[in-house]
Amino acid sequence: MAKLTIPAQELMYPGHAACPGCGAALAMRLLLKGLGPRTILSIPACCWTVIATPYPTTALGVAVLDSAFEATGASISGLRAGADALGLKDVNIVGFAGDGGTADIGLQALSGMLERRTNAIYVMYDNEAYMNTGIQRSGATPWGAWTTTTPTVHGHPGKPELKKDMMGIVLAHRPAYAATLNPSFAEDFERKVERARDIVGPRFLHILAPCPPGWKFDSAQTIALGRLATDTGIFPLYEVVEGRLRVTRKTGSLKPVSEYLTAQGRFRHLKPEDIERIQVGVRATWEELLKREREDLSRAMTPSAPAPAEATLAAK
Amino acid sequence: MTQKVLSGNYAQSYAAQLARVQVISAYPITPQTSIVEKLADFVASGELPAQYVKVESEHSALQVCLSAAALGARTYTATSSQGLLLMHELLHWASGMRAPIVMGVVNRAVGPPWNIGSDHTDTMSQRDTGWIQIYAESNQEVLDTVLQAYRLAEHPDVRLPVMVTEDAFYLSHTVEPVDVPDPERVDRFLPPREPHAVLVPGTASRLGSFTGPDYYVDFRHQVAEATERVPTTFAAVEEEYERIMGRTHGGPFPTYRVDDADAVLVTMGTITTTARSVVDELRASGRKVGLAKLRMFRPFPNDAVRALAATADRIGVVDRSYTFGSMGPAATEVSAALYRSPRRPAVTSFLAGIGGRDVTLQEVRHMFDTLLSGAPAATHWEDLEIEEGAVHG
Repeated sequence: MAKLTIPAQELMYPGHAACPGCGAALAMRLLLKGLGPRTILSIPACCWTVIATPYPTTALGVAVLDSAFEATGASISGLRAGADALGLKDVNIVGFAGDGGTADIGLQALSGMLERRTNAIYVMYDNEAYMNTGIQRSGATPWGAWTTTTPTVHGHPGKPELKKDMMGIVLAHRPAYAATLNPSFAEDFERKVERARDIVGPRFLHILAPCPPGWKFDSAQTIALGRLATDTGIFPLYEVVEGRLRVTRKTGSLKPVSEYLTAQGRFRHLKPEDIERIQVGVRATWEELLKREREDLSRAMTPSAPAPAEATLAAK
Repeated sequence: MTQKVLSGNYAQSYAAQLARVQVISAYPITPQTSIVEKLADFVASGELPAQYVKVESEHSALQVCLSAAALGARTYTATSSQGLLLMHELLHWASGMRAPIVMGVVNRAVGPPWNIGSDHTDTMSQRDTGWIQIYAESNQEVLDTVLQAYRLAEHPDVRLPVMVTEDAFYLSHTVEPVDVPDPERVDRFLPPREPHAVLVPGTASRLGSFTGPDYYVDFRHQVAEATERVPTTFAAVEEEYERIMGRTHGGPFPTYRVDDADAVLVTMGTITTTARSVVDELRASGRKVGLAKLRMFRPFPNDAVRALAATADRIGVVDRSYTFGSMGPAATEVSAALYRSPRRPAVTSFLAGIGGRDVTLQEVRHMFDTLLSGAPAATHWEDLEIEEGAVHG
């Protein structure tokens, strides 16, 4: 019998208030399995404010601090400072924010936390729009997606701008660890959570969180759609440790993006040329990722080569 | 006890050090900067073993304090003007979470036009955030009040955040002799914080949460009740401070020569010192005038104001800020307090010292003259430079 790699421990309880098939609920469940009970979560305004259920109940088996929408980065800096001041040891300080709370309104506080090198984990669970308020576009909404504020009536193409590159923004801050995670690949997900847990310094996890009501797909298909997101190259899985990038899931060849896009109502209006445009972009990004991985590897294999600046700084 | 020559800002820093704050977070803004610079020196030299988180905005500064306080730490921050306005949202979070944060605020004008002079618009705009507000008249009062503020904020009957304010430049950058109490004496007055309702790692717990109207009303009502307990608690805190330190600042609404006064001026902050000299001068010439210092603005000392109205015939309230479309904010509060009083003297609102404009002895004399002349109660903008109509004329 194969060894189980997912911890049996459950710190997210039944009775939570997530929609059926919610990727964000799965993200939390897997995250807490890897982090364990001595975790303090700072949660700003987002779906999880509600999913955790109202006072006096809670769906989480850990300590949770609510905060203002834009304050997650500062909140985890404060929790770490408080823990250090009070001599609280062996505690995971974790910010758990949505894409709007991270890529848009919370970007400044995230940048501050990364620059201060706060010893904490920042999680962005990315359902690619303001889902808790009813599917309004965010900076993390992909090009061409329908949302309630990027309507597709009268020939409008959905969101006319590209998705904000949060990993690029975070990596520019030289974090101790950064990774993309997808709950559809639970083993890879858990391995990254455990790796992040054991590293000291600012850590960032970008988790894809498929949203059946927001993306318009059958809630029974969350896992399958999530797998397509990665296997088409739309949401590649990789990690960056002290400046060195490694792609953690590679298949022989990428599946066509149309398989992922046509499975969702939010992309239903896209024309064949729109899909081709997305395909070209995804292929280019994937090639860039593989190129960087090769470069990082060859640099690591050359003893005389100077260490990349970000790795040196991250080690301090 | 050591006597040092300190600015109001350094009085804040020394008080925070004496309070043995555990987490400091701040963002620089003129004229608050020397408070947080001095604290950085204290932390760097090891004189204050605190975590000091230097953040990218005032919003984040208050969030750092809030999160550290949520684990049980004693926290301090300081700001001014625009920085306080940026914190506005988190001010509500702090009181709603019952976080006993103490914050120094240097009262400065709000732009536009940009102006770094003394003005109370910044803190008056935070009236409804659930913070206790105490305005200082001297640098000694700054230091003493910050220490008292921690006792008040952490008191089991209160558990609310407190801002201790000082007028920009008149206090922040003016040096005065200040008695700095010995640390052992401060420790007797202010023991370490006893954490209450804080996050405990390893437990299923939530601080903040969300509710419908079912519980929400009760949470808000608890804040209201805690606020109502402030006057009693503050009196006890000041009494104990006097017992240990030998000094008091007279409660939330100390009065001066108000017995048999025909006209009383209510002032806040440094204008009080000027007005006190004018009272002495006018009393010497036989005119019956007095003074009341509005030291605590939130909660508002309604009972003390009504007690004053029992003897004074005319009350003037001097505000260093203005509520557009109404009158001075303190004048509004005094008027509201008097409406429920059996005796309701006329209340005149004087707007003076706005944006750092100097308030002279002559100007205060003019205010008393206005009150004593029996002119109907009105709102007076004192000492305007620009003639009416000249701006667009």
